[in-house]
Amino acid sequence: MAFPITLIVNGTPQHLVLEDARATILDVLRERLDLTGTKKGCDRGQCGACTVHIGGRRINSCLALAISHDGAEIRTIEGLAVGDALHPVQQAFIENDAFQCGFCTPGQIMSAVALLEEAQTDGDPERIREAMSGNLCRCGAYAGITEAILKAEQRMQPSVQGEAA
Amino acid sequence: MNPFDYTRAGSVAEAVAAGVSPGATFLAAGTNLLDLMKGGVTRPDRLIDITRLPGLDRIETLPDGGSRIGALVRNSDLAHDRDFAKRYPAVAEALLSGASAQLRNAATTGGNVMQRTRCAYFYDTASACNKRDPGAGCDARGGETRLNAILGWSEHCVATHPSDFCVPLVALDAVVEIESAAGRREVPLEAFHQLPGDTPQIETVLSPGELIVAIRLPPAAAVFSGHARYLKVRDRTSYAFAVVSAAAALRLEGGRIAEARVALGGVALKPWRARAAEAVLLGAAPDEAAFRAAAEAALTEARPSGDNAFKIELARRVIRRALTLAAAGTPDRLPALPASPFAVQSGVPAYA
Ligand SMILES: Cc1cc2nc3c(=O)[nH]c(=O)nc-3n(C[C@H](O)[C@H](O)[C@H](O)COP(=O)(O)OP(=O)(O)OC[C@H]3O[C@@H](n4cnc5c(N)ncnc54)[C@H](O)[C@@H]3O)c2cc1C
Ligand code: SF4
Ligand code: FES
Ligand code: FES
Repeated sequence: MAFPITLIVNGTPQHLVLEDARATILDVLRERLDLTGTKKGCDRGQCGACTVHIGGRRINSCLALAISHDGAEIRTIEGLAVGDALHPVQQAFIENDAFQCGFCTPGQIMSAVALLEEAQTDGDPERIREAMSGNLCRCGAYAGITEAILKAEQRMQPSVQGEAA
Repeated sequence: MNPFDYTRAGSVAEAVAAGVSPGATFLAAGTNLLDLMKGGVTRPDRLIDITRLPGLDRIETLPDGGSRIGALVRNSDLAHDRDFAKRYPAVAEALLSGASAQLRNAATTGGNVMQRTRCAYFYDTASACNKRDPGAGCDARGGETRLNAILGWSEHCVATHPSDFCVPLVALDAVVEIESAAGRREVPLEAFHQLPGDTPQIETVLSPGELIVAIRLPPAAAVFSGHARYLKVRDRTSYAFAVVSAAAALRLEGGRIAEARVALGGVALKPWRARAAEAVLLGAAPDEAAFRAAAEAALTEARPSGDNAFKIELARRVIRRALTLAAAGTPDRLPALPASPFAVQSGVPAYA
C-alpha cells in the first residue's frame, strides 16, 4: 500500500509517497528530505534529540508516525536561522558554551525555542531546568544550556512582549 | 517494528467498527504504542488512527458543574487549561510531573489512561512474561522489582500501572465514557483497570472495538480545589516514572476534615484508591497523628513482590507528606518542580 502525504516543512510543502506506514517524522526528515539536523538518539522518546515543532508545539519526532501527521506544519533546526542570521537561542548557545559534542544540540535548541514561546518559566532557572528535562545531554552541558536560555529569554523579551500586546 | 495496515477513522462509528477486527489497535499520539511496536512487544496488524476524530478534543464544564475531558485532549493542554487547573489542581500537578514537555504535548487523555506497564521484563522480549505471552511465566519474580507492585499483585504478575494522571483522577471519582458499536457505557475509573489475578493479559474492562471517548469528573470533585496535591518520588528529579506517588485532597470545615481523598500510584496494576485511609481521616483534625494513622491504614494489605519492601514504608511517608501539603493549601502557582519532594514549598503561595 502506498500513502501519499504532504508535510509543510519549514514553510515548504513537501509531497511524499510513503511506501510503508511505519515511517516516523524523524525518518522522513532525515532519510527522505535530507534534513539531518534533527538527530536520532534513542528512537524511543527518552532523550529529546529528535525534538521538532509540529503546529508550533515541541514533540519527539521519533514517536510520531508521519502518516498520522498528513498536512502538518513542521519546524526543524534548519528552519530557525534567517539566512546567516542565527535565531537568538542559537546565538546564545554559542556564546554560553551550551554544547560540547553537539549531538543533543538541535533537539535542545528546538526545545528551548518552544519553551520560550510557551512562556511558563519567567526567568527562573529551576523552571527552565524542569521544562528542559525532556532533553538529555550526554556531555553534561546542562549549566551552559540553562545559562543560554536565560540569556536568550532576556534578549528576546521586548519582541515577545510586543507580540503579546 | 512489524508492518501494519493503516486506517484513518473519520468518525467514532467508523473507528469502533474497524476496531473490532482481530489485530486492530487504536493509534492516538503513539508515544506508548510506537515505543512498544519498535521493541516488538506488541505487533498489531492494523492501526486505526483516531487522532482526527471530531469533537473529542474539548474540555467542557457540564451543566451540573462537573467536567468532561475529551479522549483526544493533549496532556499539556489539560494541565495548562487555567480553569481546569484551578478546579482540579492535583490533576494538573500530576500531569506536569509526568514524562517530558515534548511527550505531554503529544500524549492524549485516552492514551494516558490506556498506557501499558513499564515492567522491564514486559518490555524485554527475551524475558518470560505472562502479560505478553499468557502462561509463559513471570521473570520479574526474583528479578529487579523497584518499579513493581506492593498491592493487589498475584503470583502471575507483579507489574504496576505507570500513569500519574490516573492517580488524582481515581481519587476524584472520575468516570470513563466508552463507546462501541453497541452504544455508550460508563465505568468508574476505579473499576476500569483490572488487577492481574490469573489473567494479567486482561488489563482493562474494554472489549475489542471499545473506544474511550471522554473522562468525566463529577461536580463534587471540585470541592477539594483549595487542598489538593500530588507528590511523586522518582529515581531522578524529572522525566522519570513514579517509584511511589500519592494524590491527597481534603475538604476542611471548622478545623476538621469533612472529606478526604487519597490514592497511590506506582504500587499496583491500577491507580490505587486508599479508601481505608480516607475513612480514618474523616472528622479528624488535619494533623500529624491523623496523617500517620491514615498512612498506616492505606498500607495494611501491602506486601513486597520481590526486593521492594522499602516501597511500603516509602508509600506511607509519601501519603503523610502529600496530606501535609494538601492541608497547608494548594499553592496559587505550581512549584517549579511539580509534585517533587525536592520542591521548596509548604503549601501557601510559594511564588506570591
Ligand atoms: C520516555 C517516556 C517517559 C514517560 N513518563 C511518564 C510519566 O512519568 N508518567 C506518565 O504518566 N506517563 C509517562 N509516559 C507515558 C505517556 O504518558 C504515554 O505514552 C501517553 O500518555 C500515551 O498517550 P498516547 O496518546 O501517545 O497513546 P498511544 O501510544 O497512541 O496509545 C496507547 C494505548 O492506548 C490505546 N488508546 C489510545 N487512545 C485510546 C482511546 N481513546 N480508547 C481506547 N484505547 C485507546 C492505544 O490503542 C494503545 O494501546 C512516558 C512515556 C515515555 C515515552
Ligand atoms: S510482572 Fe507482569 S508484566 Fe512484568 S514480567 Fe511479570 S507478568 Fe510480565
Ligand atoms: S530520538 Fe526521539 S527521544 Fe530520543
Ligand atoms: S553536547 Fe554532547 S550530548 Fe549534549
